[in-house]
Amino acid sequence: MKVFVVGLNHKTADIEVREKVAFDGPKLDEGLLRLRGLPEIEEAMILSTCNRVELYTNVKDPVQASESIKTFLSEFHNVNRELLDKSLYIYDDINAVRHIFRVASSLDSMVIGEPQILGQVKDAFEMAIEKKTTGILLNRLMKKTISTAKKVRTETRIAENAVSIGFAAVELAKKIFTNLSGKVSMLLGAGEMAELAARHLISNGVKEVIVANRTYERACELARDFNGRPVKFDGFLQEMVRTDIVICSTGASRYVLMKDQMQKMMKERKQRPVFIIDISVPRNIDPEINALDNVYLYDIDDLQGIVDTNMFERKKEAEKAEKIIEEEIEPFFKWQSSLDSVPTIVALRDKAEEIKREELTKLLHKIPELKEKEKEAIEYMAAAIINKLIHPPTAALKEDSEDRDILIATIKRLYGINGEEKK
Amino acid sequence: MGTILFELALIFYFVATIVGIIELFKETKITSKIILSMAGIGFAFHTVNIIYRYVTAGHIPITNFHEATSFFSWCIVLIFFMLAFRYRIKLLSSFIMPIVFALMLSSSMLPREIKPLSPVLQSYWLEIHTVIAFLGNAAFALACGIGVMYLVQEHYVKSKRPVGLFGRLPSLQTLDEMNYRLITLGFPLLTLAIITGVLWAESAWGSYWNWDTREVWSLITWFIYAIVLHARLVAGWRGKRAALLSIIGFLTILIAFFGIKLLRKGLHVFL
Repeated sequence: MKVFVVGLNHKTADIEVREKVAFDGPKLDEGLLRLRGLPEIEEAMILSTCNRVELYTNVKDPVQASESIKTFLSEFHNVNRELLDKSLYIYDDINAVRHIFRVASSLDSMVIGEPQILGQVKDAFEMAIEKKTTGILLNRLMKKTISTAKKVRTETRIAENAVSIGFAAVELAKKIFTNLSGKVSMLLGAGEMAELAARHLISNGVKEVIVANRTYERACELARDFNGRPVKFDGFLQEMVRTDIVICSTGASRYVLMKDQMQKMMKERKQRPVFIIDISVPRNIDPEINALDNVYLYDIDDLQGIVDTNMFERKKEAEKAEKIIEEEIEPFFKWQSSLDSVPTIVALRDKAEEIKREELTKLLHKIPELKEKEKEAIEYMAAAIINKLIHPPTAALKEDSEDRDILIATIKRLYGINGEEKK
Repeated sequence: MGTILFELALIFYFVATIVGIIELFKETKITSKIILSMAGIGFAFHTVNIIYRYVTAGHIPITNFHEATSFFSWCIVLIFFMLAFRYRIKLLSSFIMPIVFALMLSSSMLPREIKPLSPVLQSYWLEIHTVIAFLGNAAFALACGIGVMYLVQEHYVKSKRPVGLFGRLPSLQTLDEMNYRLITLGFPLLTLAIITGVLWAESAWGSYWNWDTREVWSLITWFIYAIVLHARLVAGWRGKRAALLSIIGFLTILIAFFGIKLLRKGLHVFL
């Protein structure tokens, strides 16, 4: 009984390979059942996302299982076996458990701390439960995995702080304005990154989008996209008076907004705060305006700086997360190894019961004239003797000691218990 | 008995202050709960202490400097809890409890005996005037603490290095609105305190205004907060300027409060 992982991810395989071995849609159902059907596999689940494909199994013999799973993968997806061998990683036992914990806690993700992976792990587990392909080991393991990932999320700040420009802008906006609902934003110019930032703002509740562009047609087009309102580029200063968040990306070669203009505007705005994001290169807005009260100007480097700092912070938090995971591995293995002693205890008890029954039958045969009460007393005594005799070894087996494996073997030998497991 | 209650309040406020300062450097799940419960227990002892003194003396215990300082900090904690329950302003306690503790500490060092009430003070105005005045000042104390929080947060946003407390401090807008709200609470109370003071002066000394040190400083404070409110409504002085002014305003209150004691001049010498 061993946890066993075979998989590949964005680090070991290109997108072409990942696409080929992905278990998407109906493939997942079928793959899961066929994987579980392999003779070497006792339990199975499949995690398939765009960044990784991993097969989690419970196997007896990792060497045989590894061979059989690889063959299955290459046949199922019709992929070259050599290509698979190059891309696959294999973990068993403690390394497998650690790997699964790290994946679910988003330590193995492309962007460390990204939150989707835990949901994907949960879905994969639910799918396996639905198809009844998991059992005692994987069920327990996945529950532990999910709780560990949650612990990592709450006890470290691995998922905190934005690690993309768009999110960094939203995060800043939320620290300037309490919430973004009802706020008015302006998109000055266009560009992929500016539009992305605008979308982030809208999905966080920004109410109105005003679009200004050198070419009015383009402004109209974008406005339709954002459900916003197009304005003439010359008119953007008047519109800015009632705007809270400005995203600027015009491609102009000089500043389109100067400090004295801004100063005048702030008076008109009665000093209502304004957040200006200038992602144009070269910059389109006089950097000096950041010195004005209630004006917060960020350029692309400022935002990138924040993203870099946050990424660095996440990596520091990841170290804390690794420690939490190490702490959680141990209790899982304690539980797993306690499973092994259970069959021995059962066998021991069965053996004792068997002896008691045999001897009682013999005795009653010899002395048939015994009264009901006397019979009861004798049975009682026999039960008490075997209970007292098997109690110490049972207790020792239940105990969590380092030499339990030896103990199990010794007890089996001493009491002549041969049958490995009773099913 | 009254002393022990006061001492206990002081100790619990002290623990709340220390944990509050720790919270600024290290975030844990429990610190904010510890602060609130420590401050809460301190406040309970403090309240009983004030009631005890009220019952023992037979009049509101704001008649010597020890009592006044103690009552001042009691009012701050009261308004702090009202705010904490309604708005959940993160880290507020870390900025307020030090003010509370400092006031309580100075109060603890002042003579505590209950002296017979001087005839000037024997008036129903005593209770009305002092309670209003201290509640107003307490609102300004909180506005000051929030003003400091605003300046810290604004520094993070302006310097473009959102690290440290940036993530945990409330947004600039929240802090600015809270600051404004507290000043609009404190200002009418201050105005009322001055009016009741004037009426009391007339009934005690026969003249409405005596240009005594406290009266002058109250007027200065009143003008500062009048400017804060006026400039905000007319010229949109908000954010950093409002925060700075609310800090200056509270410092003025403190100077007036402790300055008079040190100078021992004027008609308000009993306080």
